[in-house]
Amino acid sequence: MSLSITLTVNAVPRTIALDDPRVTLLDLLRERLDLTGTKKGCDRGQCGACTVLVDGRRVNSCLALAVSLDGAEVLTIEGLAEGEVPHPVQAAFIEHDAFQCGFCTPGQIMSAVGLIREAQAGDDPERVREAMSGNLCRCGAYKGITEAVLEAQRRLAADAEEKAA
Amino acid sequence: MNRFDYVRPATVAEAVAAAAQPGSAYLAAGTNLLDLMKGGVMRPARLVDLARVPGLDAIEALPDGGVRIGARVRNSDLAYDPGFARRFPAVAEALLSGASAQLRNAATVGGNLLQRTRCAYFYDPASACNKREAGAGCDAREGENRLHAVLGWSEQCIATHPSDFCVPLVALGAVVEIEGQAGRREVPLEEFHRLPGTTPERESVLAPGELIVAVRLPGEAAGFAGHARYVKLRERTSYAFAVVSATAGLRLEDGAIAEARLALGGVAAKPWRVPEAEAVLRGARPGAEAFRRAAEAALAEARPSGDNAFKIELARRILVRALTLAAAGTPERLPALPASPHAPHPGVSLHG
Ligand SMILES: Cc1cc2nc3c(=O)[nH]c(=O)nc-3n(C[C@H](O)[C@H](O)[C@H](O)COP(=O)(O)OP(=O)(O)OC[C@H]3O[C@@H](n4cnc5c(N)ncnc54)[C@H](O)[C@@H]3O)c2cc1C
Ligand code: SF4
Ligand code: FES
Ligand code: FES
Repeated sequence: MSLSITLTVNAVPRTIALDDPRVTLLDLLRERLDLTGTKKGCDRGQCGACTVLVDGRRVNSCLALAVSLDGAEVLTIEGLAEGEVPHPVQAAFIEHDAFQCGFCTPGQIMSAVGLIREAQAGDDPERVREAMSGNLCRCGAYKGITEAVLEAQRRLAADAEEKAA
Repeated sequence: MNRFDYVRPATVAEAVAAAAQPGSAYLAAGTNLLDLMKGGVMRPARLVDLARVPGLDAIEALPDGGVRIGARVRNSDLAYDPGFARRFPAVAEALLSGASAQLRNAATVGGNLLQRTRCAYFYDPASACNKREAGAGCDAREGENRLHAVLGWSEQCIATHPSDFCVPLVALGAVVEIEGQAGRREVPLEEFHRLPGTTPERESVLAPGELIVAVRLPGEAAGFAGHARYVKLRERTSYAFAVVSATAGLRLEDGAIAEARLALGGVAAKPWRVPEAEAVLRGARPGAEAFRRAAEAALAEARPSGDNAFKIELARRILVRALTLAAAGTPERLPALPASPHAPHPGVSLHG
């Protein structure tokens, strides 16, 4: 069986022929599109390393069938920076030492981008921690991660205000 | 994961016809189904994808003040819908205490109702499990069973239903709308999940191929909005299934309880409404003494199915906690840690 789907990945429209419906979005990104920034940790929805945005919402790409997402827009860690300029969430992670080994980091950053878009946590660190609890960090960089998310959120809000003015 | 055929129907009728073929399973977000397929626990021959089926996405206000929630509405969209959360705050709190933000963004209403148990032996194809394979035996009986059922279990199966969402839904009298080849029917959520008895492989009243199209809450359920909470005890603060959970909704008149709605989670193979305990509270003054009596009534039939006697007293205390918080009033905004017993509760005395 051959299934053809279209996906917009990091703003590039693509038509993809799938020879097997079992391919998850995570395996499609890593094995077929060479986008290996998205990590495979548990492959079972438990660690968040595979977090990407689908139609603007953060999801676990390991538990999504690619074929079911036909027509969707996908944003991965590779599509976040503007050329050489890191996204404010990326910059804040660097400034706040929000990682050690870096394995969980692409998932943490994409999850943080999703969290900021959801606009539910406000500036409350406890709400940020709760909303980031789907991203595990074996290095325990949680303190820096929470600070980075709060800082990036402030900066993005300030940028938006400047643009509106 | 086994190979399967993939079909993407464009109407409810096509979906129901496709799924009527033996070996079919509906695919919603796949957050439970794909997990089980990766482990070889479920091996459907064909997936009937609901992604393109129209009419399953709406949250509709009903003339009686109730709400109709489409089967494909995402858990997070429902929890953050301001109109819904204001009228049914305990349902929003339960949803936000489940899984992670990423999973809630994907998981659907229908999938949440039909998610399978988290019993570790069910998840492990090398273990004996009557639910996975009828007649195979139950390795949980002599195994790790701290978290298994204390109500409604049978010799054949002691697993629990893991949903948070279903607990306030059942307390509030939700109704499941079902479409099958014979047409549409409705089943109260209280009767939707089956207790294991001698057929633990049959988990709901759905016939093969039947589709959940929506879940409805009646208008009277919004009458509890001012005093409605969900409390979920976990082995860590966030991103874990319930050890036990409870919801309480109260309608107060002149300082007395006119009506109470109570249900427990993590204790049985279904969300467990407790009408006996609701009856105890009718007309009573809210307070520690009445709440404890209600909790005693709620767990009167409970018995351990293994190393889990502790869950019985725990469930009583979590129910008392839910009642105490509900009596104090639904907070303006959900706490930072939804449903957590560790969340601070300004102005509420929880310990005598
Ligand atoms: C790491 C992890 C943690 C979790 N923690 C929690 C938690 O704390 N609390 C909690 O409640 N849940 C938790 N969950 C479970 C989660 O809520 C479910 O996986 C989710 O709700 C399933 O929804 P879905 O749309 O992905 O369903 P799917 O996985 O697509 O489907 C699940 C089942 O329902 C059937 N189905 C789906 N839709 C329909 C329909 N409309 N009609 C008929 N059949 C249908 C499918 O055939 C399948 O058998 C967790 C899951 C994971 C992976
Ligand atoms: S408790 Fe139920 S699900 Fe768990 S092993 Fe026994 S039969 Fe299977
Ligand atoms: S790899 Fe997807 S959640 Fe762990
Ligand atoms: S930085 Fe190492 S796992 Fe998070």
